Amino acid sequence: MGIANFKGGIHPDYRKELTASLAITSLPIPGRVVIPLQQHIGAPCEVLVQVGDTVKVGQKIGESKGFVSAPVHASISGKVTAIGPYNHPLGRPVEAVTIESDGIDSWAGDLKLPGDLDSLSADELRALIREAGIVGLGGATFPAHVKLAPPADKPIDLVIINGAECEPYLTADHRLMLEKPEEIVFGLKVMMKILGASSGVIGIEDNKPDALRVMRQAVEGEANIRVAALHTKYPQGAEKMLIYAIARRKVPSGGLPMDVGVVNHNVGTAVAIAGAVKEGKPLIERVVTVTGEGVARPANLLIRIGTLVSDVLKACGGLKEETRKLIIGGPMMGLAQITDDIPVIKGTSGILALTDPDVDLFESRPCIKCGKCVAACPINLVPTFIAQAYEHGMLERAEKLHAADCIECGCCAYICPSRIPLTQLIRLAKAEILEKRRKK
Amino acid sequence: MNGKLVISSSPHIRTIESVQSVMIDVLVALFPVTLVSVLLFGYRALLTIAISVVTAMVVEALWLRKLDIFNDGSAAVTGWLLALTLPASAPWWLVVVGAACAIIIGKQVFGGIGYNIFNPALVGRAILVVSWGSHMVGKMPVPKPFAFGTDISAITAATPLAGEAEALGVSLSRLFIGNVAGCLGETSALALILGSLWLFYKGHIDWRIPGGFIGAVFIMGAALGGGFYGNELLTGLFHVLAGGVLLGALFMATDMVTSPVTKSGKLIFGIGCGAITMLIRLYGSMPEGVTFGILIMNALTPIIDNFTIPRKFGEVKRSA
Repeated sequence: MGIANFKGGIHPDYRKELTASLAITSLPIPGRVVIPLQQHIGAPCEVLVQVGDTVKVGQKIGESKGFVSAPVHASISGKVTAIGPYNHPLGRPVEAVTIESDGIDSWAGDLKLPGDLDSLSADELRALIREAGIVGLGGATFPAHVKLAPPADKPIDLVIINGAECEPYLTADHRLMLEKPEEIVFGLKVMMKILGASSGVIGIEDNKPDALRVMRQAVEGEANIRVAALHTKYPQGAEKMLIYAIARRKVPSGGLPMDVGVVNHNVGTAVAIAGAVKEGKPLIERVVTVTGEGVARPANLLIRIGTLVSDVLKACGGLKEETRKLIIGGPMMGLAQITDDIPVIKGTSGILALTDPDVDLFESRPCIKCGKCVAACPINLVPTFIAQAYEHGMLERAEKLHAADCIECGCCAYICPSRIPLTQLIRLAKAEILEKRRKK
Repeated sequence: MNGKLVISSSPHIRTIESVQSVMIDVLVALFPVTLVSVLLFGYRALLTIAISVVTAMVVEALWLRKLDIFNDGSAAVTGWLLALTLPASAPWWLVVVGAACAIIIGKQVFGGIGYNIFNPALVGRAILVVSWGSHMVGKMPVPKPFAFGTDISAITAATPLAGEAEALGVSLSRLFIGNVAGCLGETSALALILGSLWLFYKGHIDWRIPGGFIGAVFIMGAALGGGFYGNELLTGLFHVLAGGVLLGALFMATDMVTSPVTKSGKLIFGIGCGAITMLIRLYGSMPEGVTFGILIMNALTPIIDNFTIPRKFGEVKRSA
């Protein structure tokens, strides 16, 4: 079998060597966590505790009745000291529960041990996943149980586990594949059972030969599961690109993977699902890659949700003086932060500190129509024309050029020799177009 | 961290490539053909290129009122390319006028780099062809390999494209090496191809424009060229190797600003350039048609782009 691939994309400097060989270590339990009541796409949670309450690890502290939502749990034991808006990695302050640790780390007693995979029904499994508050851990934070509940007219035959980890710098998924291969395969089997899918594929970029080897060993003897080597190219892990590379199926424009019979989940999500089904463990911690030239001691850390980024950085030796940018996520799609006083949330895959000269405050030059953005766009847009149309106030032309289909992967802006912020301009155009469509 | 964090929209890393680095790559790619032109045409080749490049850079710097005369390197590329389309016999003032017209009329009046419609070097050349035809078309200096110090502008001959007799006077291998009468940069197919490999390697040019261009010239030359080498295919090859087709196809038509950005657009553009070139060569009043072939297609570039917007990923009827 050849190496799976897609058209377009870029080859950035991956810089994964900073952390790729570092085993996952647990960050000591922090003295305080701040747990936002919204860490997922969908309805925010209603708070279930009050200031002064004592909570235990794994105790549910936020819940929503909406289907597209995921509950949040206390990630340490201790006392609730505040409930109110707190800085959030997505920019706007969000209602959050602050818990001061009692230093004991005692777990909630009502965690029920669910039993084994064979004895649980699809509905029971889905309920477990929802109860555990599991969302897409690749960064999109879409509630996992919703993806696992497609409508009856969308049969799913293929579950893809995304181990591409195409974002430069990040190695959390890489380490999970090396250290928790059985969990990943178990998580995949849970998903396949829920969906009644006949096959499962774990896709891994071929710059991680050790992960490919370990995962292949882990699926040995599994008749319906295989590991696919993916060409190392950004954005190989973008859901549409991944599905095309592995299954040669094109998710229709404006559609979802389930439209082509596929559900995909990140390796971290698979591990979380395995934890929920095997041990009844809610999502109270995740693996985060703390990296970048600005971090004194880069690491792959297992961090309790709600731990403040400032505490994480302190544990990694702090930020170097020359740090210019702090990013939550990877360098291609992550969000630049104004402060490190923000909590690690379920979607935090990386904490990245960049220094000069990577953070260059460049000036854009006129487009020289080199077409490199056109060649790089994985979904065949003409980024420079969309950006131009938007800048000239021609929103209709931008819409006709499919601005709304942009997956915001950043390839166009990365590759532009004129340093035009193409992705940003298209993002603006997309937002205005979607706003306009909503009003109609 | 000293409290000042930079905030910007993703992506947070960028390629190290810049407009300037792209232009420098083009200059590097022009090295083989420049070397061959100096070997063939001696010091006059060097002089012509120097005058043209310096004029282009100075005129652009004056126009932009910038002290940095190299700037993004695009003026140097324009001047260099223009010089390669001139004969070694071109007087200095002709070179100066050509380079100044290329920068001002070809580029700056449209708003400078990125906004020009026509390839600036070819605008300069077209103005010279129309205004001082006696210097630019017809008889061209005959190369004297390795005679660096000799002024070779006195001995001229008709280019191989002038007619069947002239064509038969040169062999295809001589055309490939470049030891034939012609402009500085057009005679050596070998040097042009060698240089272009750098641009292919760096991803600055796509095969579609030169492929369409050369393919169209070859097919039309073979089909309509009269088969004077005793074989239609060899006639087609003659049309590819003679005159400015390779210089045009590899270095002029591939000018980023004035060619389409879409893949299919690039192919259409290349084929159009080749077809117009051959129509002019075979049925026009001038022996060579590369300049106007490309300029006409330059004018059509925005339309070609608009009609060749690619289908977006997953653009299919949804099974509703």
